Amino acid sequence: MRKIWWKILCVVIIFYVIIMGFIGPVPRLAIINESIRNTYFHVALWLAMTTLLLLSMVFSIRYLMKGNIKDDDIASEVAKAAIFFGILGCLTGSVWANYTWGDPWPNDPKLNGAAVGILIYLAYLLLRSSFEDEQRRARISSVYNIFAFAVFIPIIYILPRLTDSLHPGSGGNSTFGSYDFDNNIRKVFYPAVIGYILLGLWIAELRIRIKQINRVREEALIESGKL
Amino acid sequence: MLLYVVSTVFVCYLSFNLRRNQLTPIVWNTLFWIILLFTAVNAIAKSFSQERHGRLLYYYNLCSPQAIIISKIIYNSLVMAVLSVLGFVFYAFVMGNPIQDNGLFSICILLASTGFASVLTLIAGIASKADNSATLMAVLSFPIILPMLLMTIRLAKNALDGLDWSVSTDEITTLLSIDLIVITLSYLLFPYLWRS
Repeated sequence: MRKIWWKILCVVIIFYVIIMGFIGPVPRLAIINESIRNTYFHVALWLAMTTLLLLSMVFSIRYLMKGNIKDDDIASEVAKAAIFFGILGCLTGSVWANYTWGDPWPNDPKLNGAAVGILIYLAYLLLRSSFEDEQRRARISSVYNIFAFAVFIPIIYILPRLTDSLHPGSGGNSTFGSYDFDNNIRKVFYPAVIGYILLGLWIAELRIRIKQINRVREEALIESGKL
Repeated sequence: MLLYVVSTVFVCYLSFNLRRNQLTPIVWNTLFWIILLFTAVNAIAKSFSQERHGRLLYYYNLCSPQAIIISKIIYNSLVMAVLSVLGFVFYAFVMGNPIQDNGLFSICILLASTGFASVLTLIAGIASKADNSATLMAVLSFPIILPMLLMTIRLAKNALDGLDWSVSTDEITTLLSIDLIVITLSYLLFPYLWRS
């Protein structure tokens, strides 16, 4: 927790992504034009969000197996950071859609799926807030978290591929990896994903520490009250 | 519950009474599944919260949590199947029956009722642990059940149009796999819920 190198790495990567993302060389494609630069933000944000949600699920499973309350703290805060990224991903996607598809919210299965996915995780937060007892809240929301992730993946990644979607990789459109993802983009895109994941972990870590400090203070308060 | 379905269908019938010609197959289909969805949520929400505390303790001593969740899922699926078949009969009776492929539509009803029942059983288990369980049930279940509902509506649309079965194999397999995932997860996760 005291280690600082990954935070520096995170800041460096994010600056690199922002600078290279706006002035770096990009391939010229019809319709998309310069807006291909949004790949670094929109697509990378979604990937980072999915990774964080996966991490959150892993910690929920760990909590259920070991019963350590710290695991639940991590799961919930990482999920919160992921929701934040999800909303940012929606916004950047909306900007992109506005210029390429001519509509900030076209009726696209993937968009609707994303909205539903965010709703699922907002419901997770609501569920968390409706319990008083800590252990009970942790156990039940862990169960819901695992369940939610298992439903979330089909909504975002499987269902849209079965139908016609404006996004690449579905309904006959080819995926990114196939033809338009050249090396210039790769050089920025992969660092971008890592940078966002690190940023999310940083946000989550700060909140986890606040939570744990609060818990320690509460316990100290109870102790002193007894004495 | 049956009365609930019948009265909802009748309300819909009366509401559409003035403009019968506007009831296109798409509207017919969507309306039917939404009625079924609300019936399912209402029917299954009771499955945990209605039981008394003493009886839950009795179950807890009597058998394993896996047995309980599986039996609840089976029971709820049967209830849902019966409710949706009867609801469909009454719905078709008052609103007309534009379906061209009855076999496919009945498969669709079966898959949907098992799916709704299995998702909602676990959610009802989760929601019953909280205080304001009725609101929580709706908030938790709607987003989770939405993909299933969409697939079902699409499958039912194929049945309405009388398309060839090969067109809808995709939907059937997806629905089946969602059902399987959900049931497996309920089986694995329910023991943790049951302990509290």
